[in-house]
Parts: sequence; C-alpha cells; structure tokens
Amino acid sequence: MVREISYGMAINEAARQMMEQDDSVFLLGQGVNSPWYVGNTTVGLKDKFGPDRVFDTPVSENAVTGLAIGAALAHMRPVVVHPRMDFALLAVEQIMNQASNWHYMFGGKVNVPVVIRAIINRGGEQAAQHSQAFQAIYAHSPGLKVVMPSTPYDAKGLLIAGIKDDNPVVYIDDRWLYDVQGDVPVDMYEVPIGKAALRREGGDVTVVATSYMVREAMDAAERLAGQGIETEVIDVRSLKPLDREMILASAKKTGRVVAADGAWLTCGFAAEISAMVVGEAFEDLIAPVLRVTLPDAPAPMSSSLEKAYYPASKNIENAVTRVFTWSGSFKAARRERR
Amino acid sequence: MDGNEDHAMPGGLQSGDRELTREIPPETLLSMYVAMLRIREAEERLADMVTTGEVRCPTHLYTGQEAVAVGVCKALRDDDYIFGNHRSHGHYLAKGGDLRQLMAEILGRKTGCSRGRGGSMHLVAPEIGLMGTSAMVGSGIALAVGAAMAFAMQGTERVAVAFFGDGATEEGVFYESLNLAALRRLPVVFVCENNLYSSHMHIKDRRPADNIPEIVRVHSIPAVRVDGNNVMEVYQAAVGAVRNARQRKGPAFIECRTYRWRGHVGPNYDLEKGLRSKEELESWMARCPIKSFSSELMSKGLLSQSKANKLRAEAMKEVDDAIAWARDSPMPTETEVTHDVFTSGQRNVDG
Repeated sequence: MVREISYGMAINEAARQMMEQDDSVFLLGQGVNSPWYVGNTTVGLKDKFGPDRVFDTPVSENAVTGLAIGAALAHMRPVVVHPRMDFALLAVEQIMNQASNWHYMFGGKVNVPVVIRAIINRGGEQAAQHSQAFQAIYAHSPGLKVVMPSTPYDAKGLLIAGIKDDNPVVYIDDRWLYDVQGDVPVDMYEVPIGKAALRREGGDVTVVATSYMVREAMDAAERLAGQGIETEVIDVRSLKPLDREMILASAKKTGRVVAADGAWLTCGFAAEISAMVVGEAFEDLIAPVLRVTLPDAPAPMSSSLEKAYYPASKNIENAVTRVFTWSGSFKAARRERR
Repeated sequence: MDGNEDHAMPGGLQSGDRELTREIPPETLLSMYVAMLRIREAEERLADMVTTGEVRCPTHLYTGQEAVAVGVCKALRDDDYIFGNHRSHGHYLAKGGDLRQLMAEILGRKTGCSRGRGGSMHLVAPEIGLMGTSAMVGSGIALAVGAAMAFAMQGTERVAVAFFGDGATEEGVFYESLNLAALRRLPVVFVCENNLYSSHMHIKDRRPADNIPEIVRVHSIPAVRVDGNNVMEVYQAAVGAVRNARQRKGPAFIECRTYRWRGHVGPNYDLEKGLRSKEELESWMARCPIKSFSSELMSKGLLSQSKANKLRAEAMKEVDDAIAWARDSPMPTETEVTHDVFTSGQRNVDG
C-alpha cells in the first residue's frame, strides 16, 4: 500500500520500522526527544521503544558520536542524530578520523555500521552557525557514504538502506523539505545507495542537483520548457558512492551540464560534478559546466540577505540560459582548434 | 617525582578488593610474569630495529609500563573489549594478540594484524576483543564507552576497557565520556596510564595539580590511584573494577602511576634535549616492574633464578621467531592500495 506522507514522517517511519525489525538499531543524539530539535522525525519513538533505544544525549557531540561508533563495533546499528549540521563539527574527529578510516586502517577486519544523521537547518534568520551544509566535507573522506534524500520516498528508503549498510553512512536531511508530501509505501524498502534518480527527461541540458536544489531544478525545468529548452534533471541522492554512469550518460546526451548544490562554491560538491563531467565527457560537451551554489559567504541573518543568499530556481534558469549563450561559440572555437 | 603517593581507596571500590593479593593463584602470577617478559623483549627488539632503520613507522614503545597492560588484561575475559592508543603493543600482547602478526604489521607486511595498513599505532585483533587502537589522543575512550553501552543493551556481562595516557585527560572527549558513562552506569573501566609525560611535556607543565583521580570522582565515578609498576596492585584494582562493571554497578577509573623508559616515540630516551633528567629515568628504571615482580615471585617460592632465565630465553626466542616470520612475509601488493575502503556484507567477529 502506498499513501501520501511528509518527508519528516517518512524519516520517522524508517526509524520506527528498522527498530521494530532489528533490536540492534537505536537512536541517540541531542534533542531526539525534544519537541522542536528534529521536527517530527522522532515523534513517538521514545514512547514506543523507551529511553535506552531513543537516547536524548547531553550536548557532547564528540563523545556521543564516538559512543555510536564504539557501539557499532560491538554489533549494534546506531543512528546518531545531529539536529544542526553545524553542531556535528564537534564530532568530525570521530566521523572522519575514526569511522571513515576504521575498516581500511585495520585491514578490513572490523567495520562500523553507523548512520550519522545531520540536519541542514537553513533559513529562518538563524544565521551562520545554524544553517550550514557540509556535505562536501564528508564526501571528501574516503570511507564515508553520503546520501541526501530530496523526496519522502527517498527519505525513507535511504534511511533504511543506510541503517542496513555495513559502512558508516552520513545521512543528510533538510528542514526545508520536512513538510513536502509524497507517495511512500507502508512496507519497508531500500533505495540503493550509489544510484541517482532521473527526475525529468530532456535532451537539451542536464541539471545535476542535490537535496533541496532538486526541487528548484524541477521548477526551473518547467519554466525552461516554456522557452523550448528540454531539461534533464538528475537527483544525485548519493554523493558517495556517486552514480557516475547516469550523470555521464546524460552529459554525453545533452552536452550541457549545470550542477546545483545548496552549499558553498569553492571546493564544493558542484565542483566535483563539474570536474568529473569535464574529465570523463569532454568530447561530448558543447558548453562549459556551470555551478549554482551558495556564494562564498557565511549564512546571513536578515531576511533580505537570506533572500539574496540562497540559490533558487531562478539561478538555475539563469545558468542554463548562460550555458546556451556560450554553447554555440564554444563548439565553434573547439572545432577551429582541432 | 614519586609515583606512589595517595593510594587511598575512594568510594565504590571496596577495601576488600585489595585482599585478593593472597588469592591470586600461582599459575596466574606466573602467566603475568611471562606476559610482561614477552612485551619487554618485543619492545626492546623493536627499539633496535628502529635504530637500524628496519622499522620505519612511528613506534611508541611500552618498555617500563608492562605491569599496566598485563595487570588489567589478566582481569578480563577474551570477549571483553579493549581500546588502545598510539602506544598499544603492550595492550595487544597482554590481551592475547598474535606476536607474529604484531611484528609483521610494524614491518608493513601483508600478514600483519592490520594487513600492513595500520602500523605500530593502528593495531587490531577482533578475535581477542581488541577492536582497534586509535592514534588520536583520547578518541578511543568514547569508543570504549560506546562498546560498553552496546554490552549493556545486549544484556551481556561483557566489559569494555579504555587504555589512555595522562595526556588524554586533557582532551574534552575524556570529560564527555566520563559523564556519559556515569549517566548511563555503563560497564566500562577507564585505565589511565600516567607516565608523567604527554609527548615531551611533563604533567606539571600541563596541569595545575597532578590529581587526575580527584577530577574523575566528581563525575560520580569511583577512581583509584595504584602503583602502575606493581602488576599485582594493578590486577587487584582491575579485578574489582571489572567485577563491579560485570554486575552492572557502573564504570570505574584506575590511574596507574608508571613511566616509559624510552622517549615519546622511537628508541631514544628523551634525555638529550633536556626533556627529562637522567636521575628521573634511572630512579624509575630501578623500579623496573619486571624485576620487582620477579623478586616478589622468588620470595613466594614461585620462581627460581634458573626458571627466570629460562622464561626470558623462551620469550626472546618467541620474539626472534616472530620477527623472522614477519621478515619472510610478503609486502602488500600495489593493487591492494584501494581495497577495503568500504565493506560489503561484513559483521564484526570477536572474542
């Protein structure tokens, strides 16, 4: 049976069903029993499973994440929640030095089946320390898988896949998506980590987007269609492992790529998409790859500044327009050079 | 500095724990002696191998601290977990880790315990409950608390032990971990090897007072200070702490006063740069944990000089054999450089 539920409740359902199915699964972290820290994503879980398995922790991000890793080494499958991705910076040592390295560093003899759930909490005049999106940092670390669901269906399926995965998985959800409604099966299912989703087919340009930017890309694609431009939209879903095949196949088909990621420009995930496409599909490109990202500035507070700060569908539309402006001369110049 | 002041027993560990002295069976005492000899011989051979350049990875030697690892690990079961640090050859061996795989690891061989990916600082032996040693100061403490939480949730009697130095008590994660362990009354034993130095710095240059157990007690965790060069004293404290943890009476903390003979890293003694004095080193060498224990065993009639000589020769031969085996082992092949970044379908196998 499939019914419509919200992204937030899809996360909640995934956690609940996994905890029902597997005694080794438990939640811990700051605010998992709080009425506001994590939206509705843990509502009712403590009543159902008790305070041992839904452990609202002191503000000790470093040790709490270390606890989760240690428990994972002892046959548990913890989900450690960081209600603001910014707060998880205090746990980066455990995530990147311990969890990420453990399996390789010890010759493959031990593994760390932990989910590190970090919530992007942008907007709402929360300013620089409650709004950040650090997916690029985690995707940079070799031993971590990194997922960012953009739909309720993926929110549930990726969390289940993440908990079942035998590696450390960084699961990044976005507060701006919590109220989005979508079709979600009642039964358990996994969305495979490492597979992107084709959200819209089109032959003229490819927009490769992460998380919330997928929705913006879909809006942009709708408007671009009105101008006669058919946009293919790829939802990355899994930043690592990355579905290179789907992205490259689309880049080769359209020859024009825009990468949209709601984090900073410099050394960001959009840069990785750009480098990968240029390196692997250069012969088929007819325009430079453009990035749509946050500007290289901390998140502001004032609502007028926030409006200027966060990229939206208009920015994607503009990038596509620029790509088309360039593609003619770019192709000609390349032909001439050959 | 004298390491023996303040042996008062705080709340939690009962004075009765000390009476175990008389109850330690002779075979346990002898096995502790052999375990200490093995660690000493392994470490001193490794010191030579660093000097000759055969061992090249950063190697932090345990010489002088043998009584701590052995005293604690003899109080544990195979399926208890231990977590170590950058100076963990002793923990690995005392818990029962394979000597040949240790030597192979330090020589970067494929047959090493971490298949040549970890080296001296990153040892693992899940089959005997060593789930990994981390070279990040203090980080392993939180992992031990997490393993203890798992054991408690699983309803087992297993116990987790964190080994760390006095320097680790200056990391924030130490305090966070103490608080969490006390809050949840987790079956974890914190073993602080206070060898007075954090890398090149003496404790008096890092702390206003040398009073780590006092700091721990305010976290509602019983803490004792023991002579870390006296294996029986360490063992007694560990037996009490582990028993309480198994009975789910909560965590415990043992500060073991000890001293590393070699410098922070490698075979030198850290005398040449004025980091510590010859007098200090010699006073601690005079309190050699192995020598004093052998005297104790001899006075009990459990050991003769000829038997001591024989046991030492056996330990030396075992180390020689392990090194020869390691030298004969293959290096990892180039294709392995990206193996095992991720796993598929693995569950940890331990104890």
